[in-house]
Amino acid sequence: MPRPLIVLVLLLLVLHQDNWLWTNDQRVLGFMPLGLFYHAGISLAAGIVWWLAVKFFWPVEIVQESAELTGDVCSPTAEERQ
Amino acid sequence: MIQFWIILAYLGLLLGLGFFASRLFTGTKSDYQLASHSIGPFLLLMSIFGTTMTAFALVGSSGEAFKEGIGVYGMLASSSGIIHSLCFFVIGIKLWSWGKKYGYTTQIQFFRDRLESDRIGLLLFPILVGLVIPYLLLGVYAAGGVVETMTAAGPPVVAGGVPSPGAFPEFFANTKGGVPREIGALLICGVVLCYVFFGGMRGTAWANAFQTIVFMVLGIVTFCVIASRLGGEESLFDNLRKLGEAIPPEKATRMEMSKTKFLTYLLVPFSVGMFPHLFQHWLTAKNANSFKLPVVAHPIFIMIVWVPCVLIGVWATTDLVTVPPPIMQNPNRILPFLVKAKAGAVLGGFLTAGILAAVMSSLDSQFLCIGTMFSTDIVTHYAGKDRFSDKQQVWITRGFIMAVVAVTYMFSLSPPKSIFTLGIWCFSGFASLFPLVFAAVYWRNLTKWGAYAGVLATIATWLFLFREAEYGKNRTYTIDIAGYEVMPVVAIFIASLVAMIAVSLVTRPPHKKTLQKFFAD
Repeated sequence: MPRPLIVLVLLLLVLHQDNWLWTNDQRVLGFMPLGLFYHAGISLAAGIVWWLAVKFFWPVEIVQESAELTGDVCSPTAEERQ
Repeated sequence: MIQFWIILAYLGLLLGLGFFASRLFTGTKSDYQLASHSIGPFLLLMSIFGTTMTAFALVGSSGEAFKEGIGVYGMLASSSGIIHSLCFFVIGIKLWSWGKKYGYTTQIQFFRDRLESDRIGLLLFPILVGLVIPYLLLGVYAAGGVVETMTAAGPPVVAGGVPSPGAFPEFFANTKGGVPREIGALLICGVVLCYVFFGGMRGTAWANAFQTIVFMVLGIVTFCVIASRLGGEESLFDNLRKLGEAIPPEKATRMEMSKTKFLTYLLVPFSVGMFPHLFQHWLTAKNANSFKLPVVAHPIFIMIVWVPCVLIGVWATTDLVTVPPPIMQNPNRILPFLVKAKAGAVLGGFLTAGILAAVMSSLDSQFLCIGTMFSTDIVTHYAGKDRFSDKQQVWITRGFIMAVVAVTYMFSLSPPKSIFTLGIWCFSGFASLFPLVFAAVYWRNLTKWGAYAGVLATIATWLFLFREAEYGKNRTYTIDIAGYEVMPVVAIFIASLVAMIAVSLVTRPPHKKTLQKFFAD
């Protein structure tokens, strides 16, 4: 796995352990417990990290091999080959 | 009564979908078990997501939030968003490419080939099946419970609410007119069996996609309806605020939750790396690019499903809701109970269909997977590939699926204490086998002896700790490591990892030819 992606995933895992919000009883928008709101944000952040992974760190060799195996017209793009 | 007919109509629709999928069935084993590797990004996303979101996610999460508060979301939902996609990215795509290249249908075929060991299959087979069966039980038991709760008579939750009559008061007096759990579970098993039997993997993938859409849409509708009826205010936002402010502090925070226990829950979602039914879904992908959408959308879909369920669970702890003692004792029924009491008969029927959709979208893949494993890893493997025609192999798979459904149904007649606890034990076993699949994909020095050691260490530690936890009866069971309270999965995972690495380092790795098959240089 590429190093920048490892760093991003580790960062997500560190942010996941939000000890600083453990006993915070605030509500976001007046209804959502802060701890729940924060973790919903972690889910969205995970979506963004995995979008970056797909966009910039997609395993090109497997895509190429896949195109050969399936005889797919959808061969890797120039961007993926770089 | 109308809820019962809506549930029946929904089940009929699923059967129709299964029969329609069976018309596209080409008659080959590959088509029956893997839909001829034809599943594109959208269907792959929906079928993988539907498979991983079980009774555990809907019924179990709201029940657990009722007991433990909002911390349940961080323990399993946000962590799964990170780790499930990580597993798809680092394990799923690689296994798909090898599966496609070397013709694998099951995990065991891969491990046998990668480790040059026939017996690894015999060791893994009972363990994988043994861990999937409790997972299946979660679904069957929850589905029966939902049908019973939704069709039984019940008092209003708040003053002024409408009491609902039971569907069959003259037949089922013991369950207040509700269809008993055993009959509801039988009905659900029968429907899932029919569309898996006839439609195979294609029917399963289509039914999963359809059911995932159903339970996501109806989940949001449920959330809005319950919020409006519980709050009693004019606008949805006012209702949300009223309910949000009423949540007791111990449920709106994690003040009663151990930080180290929360941290070590992170290991549990690694289970998806070793789920045999997920492996089979990965292999259905049309090409590697089909994985892109599931990798990105999975965490967001988890959020869409879990946040409303957790909020509903903690709302049920407020003074605005009166939860009767039988439901207090069985929090797994919190969600169906609120749906029934607050949604009215027609909407309640549709929402029940949504809950059942989530349950069935996991059962189908698991039934198909176990049937495939029996026929591929045991019957065809030992009888010889040429012994049976493709058509015969399809019928063998179908036969095993029927047997597995029957056995699961029989087991489900003895109810587990908590869906959540049983699920966690099951996931802990799979998660502790994750080092094995990771090493098989990335570590050339993994040996068959290392794999045996890892699997045996996993199962020995799992059995020991499961016994210590009184076979799941002690639902708050944790272990103490250096003064810290941690989940049992930590000990099982470490035992598996250490045994696998240590034994691999002192034994002979597979032949160069085998390694060249899986590693580039």
